[in-house]
Amino acid sequence: MALTLFEKLWQEHLVESSVDGDDLIYIDRIFLHERTGSIALSSLAADGRKVFYPEHVFCVMDHIVDTYPDRTDDTTMPSGRDFIVATREGAREAGLTLFDLDDPRQGIVHVVSPEQGIAQPGLTLVCPDSHTCTQGALGALAWGIGSSEAEHALVTKTLRVKRPGTMRVRFEGELAPGVTAKDMILHLIGRYGAGGASGYAMEFAGSAVEALDIEGRMTLCNMAVEFSAFTGLVAPDSKTIEYLRGRPYAPQGEQWDLAEAHWRGLVSDPDAVFDKELVIDCDTLEPQVTWGTSPQHTVAISGSVPVPRDADNADDKSSATRQELERALQYIGLEQGVPLQGNAIDCAFIGSCTNARISDLRLAAAILRGKQVKKGVRAICVPGSMIVKAQAEAEGLDRIFTDAGFEWRSSGCSMCFYAGGEHFGERERVISTTNRNFESRQGPQTRTHLASPATVAASAIAGAIVDPRGYLPEEYR
Amino acid sequence: MEKFEQHEGVAAPILRGNVDTDAIIPSREMKRVSKLGLGEGLFAGWRYREIGGREVNPDFVLNRPEYAGASILLSGSNFGCGSSREHAVWALKEYGIRAVIAPSFGAIFANNCIRNGLLPLELAEQAIAAIAAWVAEAPQANQPLIDLPGQSVEANGQRYVFDIEAGAKRMLVEGLDAIALTQTHWPVIEQFHEQRKHKYPWVY
Ligand code: SF4
Repeated sequence: MALTLFEKLWQEHLVESSVDGDDLIYIDRIFLHERTGSIALSSLAADGRKVFYPEHVFCVMDHIVDTYPDRTDDTTMPSGRDFIVATREGAREAGLTLFDLDDPRQGIVHVVSPEQGIAQPGLTLVCPDSHTCTQGALGALAWGIGSSEAEHALVTKTLRVKRPGTMRVRFEGELAPGVTAKDMILHLIGRYGAGGASGYAMEFAGSAVEALDIEGRMTLCNMAVEFSAFTGLVAPDSKTIEYLRGRPYAPQGEQWDLAEAHWRGLVSDPDAVFDKELVIDCDTLEPQVTWGTSPQHTVAISGSVPVPRDADNADDKSSATRQELERALQYIGLEQGVPLQGNAIDCAFIGSCTNARISDLRLAAAILRGKQVKKGVRAICVPGSMIVKAQAEAEGLDRIFTDAGFEWRSSGCSMCFYAGGEHFGERERVISTTNRNFESRQGPQTRTHLASPATVAASAIAGAIVDPRGYLPEEYR
Repeated sequence: MEKFEQHEGVAAPILRGNVDTDAIIPSREMKRVSKLGLGEGLFAGWRYREIGGREVNPDFVLNRPEYAGASILLSGSNFGCGSSREHAVWALKEYGIRAVIAPSFGAIFANNCIRNGLLPLELAEQAIAAIAAWVAEAPQANQPLIDLPGQSVEANGQRYVFDIEAGAKRMLVEGLDAIALTQTHWPVIEQFHEQRKHKYPWVY
């Protein structure tokens, strides 16, 4: 029978079907971070339970750690130290691999895992973090879970999961220069709503996805959860295999050959049937920016802030009601109907598991080279991992950022989210490469506009939301 | 885990879509390595006047006297979307919420609910609107009655039937611990583990 990639992965990991209505799925790798992993580990210990296979469990410090130079366990976030210490102790007691604060491999979980070759095609990988779907870009079945589920996976190496439906999104055509994976996924969510893939495991396919490098595919899969998908997946291809070759945790020697042969078969069969299919034309896609408080509040850069009363007449009432639009507009502090471009910003943020890998930094730096961030705009770049940071420094990108007026930080989630520590100011308008523009996500009452690294860099220079295509250097045109 | 069979209680409406887990429990309210002490931070961004403060915002539904003691929430679609933080469920439970009624839920959130004895109950938007309208007439008196074994909600003399996965229902009704339950399948898991080692050696 013809199978989709998701169905193949599911079958390979199905321990038992219909256990109390769910499937029992075998879990190959577990990642924990100090924010939620600390609780899972301490709760496990309190219940006297043990990790079944510690060799397959990895921990990282990313959410609460400071990103200043010379950071220590004492964090800007009050009580952050407790989370860090609890994770360190929990990891040591259970015998887990930890990428600690001072480890040169430290970074954001979803950046570190692929970078180390821990995420691989054909593996199931879970983490108590919703953006675990990022790692589906390598053809791994990777999804976010809660803490109780993490405990379940740690103890039994399985999870009880209701099997999601299958969905394929085909991005066809070719992206114009200055348009990126971030714009693809924002557009998809903007068009079909934040609940658009609820109940589905999504496979991203089509010529525009094939053309993306692995890092772009990670950006795409990262926001699958903002589309309410169970996870996002891209079938492994030669790019995936080249990406993984030689990475520290990737198979080596003979094992590599076996793995590669298996990975090459991890594609949806040509006649496989998906429960749902969507097609997006990328030829005409423009850079996208959010105007509101949900990733579905997305418009093309040439577009305008919506007029809530129009929602009453729209055919599709499912995605947003007039009331919701009004509320979002009030929070974000923009006039209805005005063009999105030209709205002044207070801050620019390049960071997070969505867009802080080396290719993102290269793109932003290309736009910033020889330019200055507009006076009065606070601009920050937080590399996705210390390895990304080191790489960027080796290429001299850090100088481009700092010369332009950006702060250059150590790695962590930083101001992707506000946990009581460092944050952007009240009602400040931030253009950000992150994935969530929820109310107060980046600081109390902070107003977030999601965009690509190109759009953020260009907007930092302009001091306002702008189309990055006018700022592209020769090599990106 | 606390069992869920029947429950009757005051139902508070937060009738908007995409109520995310950041809104249910802001990150800044997750101060300790603990599942406890989170109830106070529930909906903190809406419930209190100032970020980080504790002066109540009298307009927020849970602060209105007519909704005092609410143990059921009525909301819009995709409730609990966003961050996977289980703190959202722990905060709701500690506050005293036993069930959330919405047209749909964030998948991770719904799972977290079931692992903690909180019922994520799906009803059509119109049904929820009708229940909310009836409740609003006299919130303390007009309390919906949820019957999980019977898969129904009674409100205003109407009986609304809902669907729920058999597994989830059993977990909630019997108050089961998922880990202990899965451990009864240990021989099968171990066998699978050994076979997988053999078949996909590079994974180990
Ligand atoms: S960078 Fe942001 S979205 Fe990514 S894991 Fe960290 S907090 Fe979550």
